[in-house]
Amino acid sequence: MSILVGRETRLLVQGMTGAEGTFHTEQMVAYGTTVVAGVSPGKGGTEHLGLPVFDTVRLAVDATGATAAAVFVPPPAAADAIMEAADAGIGLVVAITEGIPVLDTIRARAFAERRGVRLLGPNGPGLVSPGERTKVGIIPNHISRPGSIGVVSRSGTLTYEIIQALGRAGYGQSTSVGIGGDPVPGLGFADILQLFAADPATELVVMAGEIGGSDEEHAATVIGSGYPKPVVAFISGRSAPPGKRMGHAGAIISGTTGSPAAKVAALSAAGARVAETIEGIVDAVRARLGEPAPAG
Amino acid sequence: MKLLEYQAKAEVARAGITVPQGRLARSADEARAAARELGPVAVKAQVPIGGRGKAGGIRLARSPDEAASAAQEILAMTIRGYRVPSVWCEELLDIAGELYCGVAVDRDRRGLAVLLSLAGGVEIEEVAEATPGRIARLWPDPFAGPQPFEVRRLTFDACRGETVPGGLRPVQLAAQLVPLVRSLHDLVVRLDATLCEINPLVVTPAGRLIAGDAKLEVDPSAEFRHPDLAAAIGADGDAATSGEDPLEVQARQRGLTYVHLGGSIGIIGNGAGLVMNTLDLVTQQGGEPANFLDIGGGARAEVVTRALEMVTMDPAVRGIFVNIFGGITRGDEVARGVIAARDALGLRLPLVVRMTGTREEEGRQLLEQAGIIPAVGAPEAARAIVDLARGGDTPATAGSAR
Repeated sequence: MSILVGRETRLLVQGMTGAEGTFHTEQMVAYGTTVVAGVSPGKGGTEHLGLPVFDTVRLAVDATGATAAAVFVPPPAAADAIMEAADAGIGLVVAITEGIPVLDTIRARAFAERRGVRLLGPNGPGLVSPGERTKVGIIPNHISRPGSIGVVSRSGTLTYEIIQALGRAGYGQSTSVGIGGDPVPGLGFADILQLFAADPATELVVMAGEIGGSDEEHAATVIGSGYPKPVVAFISGRSAPPGKRMGHAGAIISGTTGSPAAKVAALSAAGARVAETIEGIVDAVRARLGEPAPAG
Repeated sequence: MKLLEYQAKAEVARAGITVPQGRLARSADEARAAARELGPVAVKAQVPIGGRGKAGGIRLARSPDEAASAAQEILAMTIRGYRVPSVWCEELLDIAGELYCGVAVDRDRRGLAVLLSLAGGVEIEEVAEATPGRIARLWPDPFAGPQPFEVRRLTFDACRGETVPGGLRPVQLAAQLVPLVRSLHDLVVRLDATLCEINPLVVTPAGRLIAGDAKLEVDPSAEFRHPDLAAAIGADGDAATSGEDPLEVQARQRGLTYVHLGGSIGIIGNGAGLVMNTLDLVTQQGGEPANFLDIGGGARAEVVTRALEMVTMDPAVRGIFVNIFGGITRGDEVARGVIAARDALGLRLPLVVRMTGTREEEGRQLLEQAGIIPAVGAPEAARAIVDLARGGDTPATAGSAR
């Protein structure tokens, strides 16, 4: 079991014929994801990587029954691509693109929400459900293993490190989700926590936040209101100075908002176990779940 | 991208909002000419930061000669690191009261917010702290924009328990704010701004609204859509960049995501979260990070070389910690980059390289063959570089055991 994606997911890739789209589509197919189509306006009717390419998302959905979309479209056209997918009846849109203007994201997000469509990202690595051999996005294929930990994070490579450290200690994942590093994300920590709460395959949630905004504080509210599963939390950027943007567009302490101390305090008060290092995350998981079952 | 006051006011005026008459002056003579034309003026330093007034960057001048001498002095100033390249000479307003009106990205609400307060003329953050009840807010529909009824409601909210200056009744204020707020919102959308503030929004004794000051920040991700604006900021770029950290300017010219932090341990990693975590690890071990530097995903050897070069431009750096997770970035590529850069730069600083993920074994082998001992655990690597950087005289290369 898993959240958001599984064996039934039929994926189309917007921007599949570009360099990034090509590389990651190959990776997703190799992982086991059912990729059914690509969309590149003007290239409809051709084939790429042995997959049919369509001019519009609607044509692709009609022909292939796609249920999810991965967006590898450059920033100027990315918000439009998200809206096109949402309008064509896609249920989950995963936007990998970094550098989308924030007002574009605000509109695309609202457009998707009104159609009951879930948006993950932008500026995130996507998600992977190892037990389902299904990945949408760019999380490296070899690091995940099936298990019962739900992982949710604002970061890319740091998430990979956490996944790898959990795996090397014997703890696999139900689903690992990157919500992205932009100031305005689609699904937030609180949304993903609710999905993990309802997923019988998830025993414990690891949540990796960072400085900026107050999404971690909102997550703390969810955790503190009778959340049914243990949560191990981690906040990066604890040594970052205020007013400096630390790589991610959203990673900035503005005035009193977005400070690591407030996030750690809110999460601790809500009952989450806050770890200080990746090794500390693994220790906290072990303390809660006991030694892992031997890999089989 | 922060616009200067005169640039922001030009945009606000173009949106149909009344601004005071003003002239830009780059010399005392130009300021004298402006005052001859406008009468008594405020002479205001054009620097992209707040608190100019407190720093002496705003002076009142009753005559053209006074304007010239004020300009002379202000143009010689450096305000919080920003040299003053020009002054904005502006007619003085008759002021009955000062409001605040702003439109900004509200991360929590995933949209734009309109803020209105009758407590104008001071920083809105101070108002939010001291008297949060004096700020009214509106979150417009992202497609429809603010509707008249919403702006009326915002106005009545802001006026509750307050006396509106200029003898205005709240409904009269609302009548003026409806077009003003809609213009401001449209301006924000058109320019991809993340913030546009009018503070103070001056109420004249006759009850008219004039934008006393304007602050405008444009989303750097939207620069591609506004080449004119980027050029305009660049043209007065002296002011926009002179206060900036020189190392950060260098890094931007090299296309690197770099933040100067002032410590002694240079940090290079891939991915913003991972680099932030690396800073935290070094800090936990008692070290002080010199910088944040993210080489991004899929980074090739050449980018690693440029990154090492950048970090060593900071004379305070006593040791360098390279922390790479190889997902798309391959360990052997990183190792080649590190070795090439060390050799090309004749690097003599302690260097700890920690990498994991794709082709980590190949990468470690390459490093070992080149005399750099790679680290495995990140906390151990952080401890090693902090110790080595403290050590003073160190060998050309150093590594860390697991």
